Amino acid sequence: MIATLEEMQSGQREISGAVVASLEGVNKNYGDIRALRNVNFAVHAGQVVALLGPNGAGKTTAVKLLLGLMQPNSGKARVFGGDPTNPQNRMRTGAMLQVGRVPETLRVGEHIDLFSSYYSNPMPIAEVLAAAGLEKLRDRKFGDLSGGQRQRTLFALAICGNPDLLFLDEPTVGLDVEARRALWEEIRRLVERGKTVLLTTHYLEEADALADRIAVINQGEIIAEGTPAEIKAQTSGKRIRCITSLSLATLLQLPGVSDARQDREAVEIHAREAEPVVRALLARDASLSGLEITSAGLEEAFLALTQDNGGNVNRRN
Amino acid sequence: MSTAAAAILSNRQIERSPSHTATIYLKEAKYEFLKNLRLRVYTVSVISFPLMFYVLFGLVLNAKEAIGGLGVPTYLIATYGTFGVMGASLFGSASGLAADRGLGWLQVKRASPMPPFAYFAAKIILSMIFSAIVVALLLVLGISFGGVRLPFAQMAKLIGTLVAGSLPFSAMGLAIGYFAGPNSAPATINLIYLPLSFCSGLWVPYMFLPKLVRQIALALPPYHLSQLALGVVGSGRHESAATHWEVLLAFTLICLGVARIGFQRDQGKLYG
Repeated sequence: MIATLEEMQSGQREISGAVVASLEGVNKNYGDIRALRNVNFAVHAGQVVALLGPNGAGKTTAVKLLLGLMQPNSGKARVFGGDPTNPQNRMRTGAMLQVGRVPETLRVGEHIDLFSSYYSNPMPIAEVLAAAGLEKLRDRKFGDLSGGQRQRTLFALAICGNPDLLFLDEPTVGLDVEARRALWEEIRRLVERGKTVLLTTHYLEEADALADRIAVINQGEIIAEGTPAEIKAQTSGKRIRCITSLSLATLLQLPGVSDARQDREAVEIHAREAEPVVRALLARDASLSGLEITSAGLEEAFLALTQDNGGNVNRRN
Repeated sequence: MSTAAAAILSNRQIERSPSHTATIYLKEAKYEFLKNLRLRVYTVSVISFPLMFYVLFGLVLNAKEAIGGLGVPTYLIATYGTFGVMGASLFGSASGLAADRGLGWLQVKRASPMPPFAYFAAKIILSMIFSAIVVALLLVLGISFGGVRLPFAQMAKLIGTLVAGSLPFSAMGLAIGYFAGPNSAPATINLIYLPLSFCSGLWVPYMFLPKLVRQIALALPPYHLSQLALGVVGSGRHESAATHWEVLLAFTLICLGVARIGFQRDQGKLYG
């Protein structure tokens, strides 16, 4: 492991941020269910990487493999160039997982005190409480907390050891808008201090707001990876909505149209560029009304990518 | 970015000092104790049941009688003490472990740099503390209301024996905790705990048990612990103490072996 680290240290001058966590050709099955299929994925130092995907896509499995909580059927999970289960690596890692039940009779401050004790160089408890917005809840028992407060306590446990690498599995589930934004701010502050973050989310907005890189995962496969801008660019660029008498078949023939579907009284057309389509539409249908053109956001990109099963995505198999 | 990279890959050694490790074990045990102390289900069932039985059968009903060469109140401290130790140890380790495992909390702890054994040690220590509390309370009741007179050294030896005897049942609890579901663990424990107590002569003294049950008892760990405890207060069947300890030790090792299988199986677990 030390040799690997030295290799990485010598190589880091060329690479802007060395790889601190990676899955290499990982397959993970639960019985007959293939949770991850040949996943290759890397997190570079100082970045926020979002694993974005619907429920059941394999996000949590990926995180658990990187935490050494389970072993892949094939391939390798690495953290800091070594085995995730190595205690030295765990000392530099913090994790926020989805938990069914946390001991409810312990107070927030007590939970943090205990977890801090595991680490060699923990943050002062006051700082942890402030970062997680728990200052006033220190003496509250976990069982008496609201859903959002519980999430914030789990976040506090993830950061209290002052780790270099942070895994956040669906960190903002159950938080209201305000608390969610506060947590985003806190994650940004951690990155400013040189931390690396891998977060999973099914909130596209969250991935867009926080991540340097996004990996879109669906049915156990990474189907797209890149910056938020690159992910958005991977799909047809514009969405055109209008009420028209033209048939869907006709619309699909128009230049650059990738998709057209009926949506209540209107149709929704996806196209690479809007202008040629609109020109053609207006020329053919004088009665056309309710025209709207919007840019395909990350949401469209995400939907397009995840609905693309069996298409170009799986073709590489 | 490059400073971040440099910082993140710096191969800084993070070795824990022995005193740091000791602190972790202490804190883990302290919070395990606090957690359960505040859990009314645990304290009520673990402490008050043996005391209630003792008050009823040892102080109210048969206080003036004698069995096995001893006054009933003294005899029953040894047997209900064993009963209490079993309960504290089984519930202390099994139900917490089953819930922590089944509902994800143990994964959070496993993902942290917690020394894995600290978690188990905390449960064992918790079981021992509650065992000591139960036995001490039984003694207080017996001395105050049952005319129990034991030299101090004998009382200390009784508590010591029973507290040491909590280990096999903590080990059994860990084994159960690894193979029972989070919600079924308490029921599973009762299913084992209550028949085991009866057949080992913890409720009805051994000599009053049916012959068949008496033969079964010889194979049961609580029987051996209760005989050790009775030996301390000068009763029991006066078999070799070494044999009793050997049986308990063997039982402990078997249970730890089973728990270890569960522990290793969990590494590839599919929860979540």
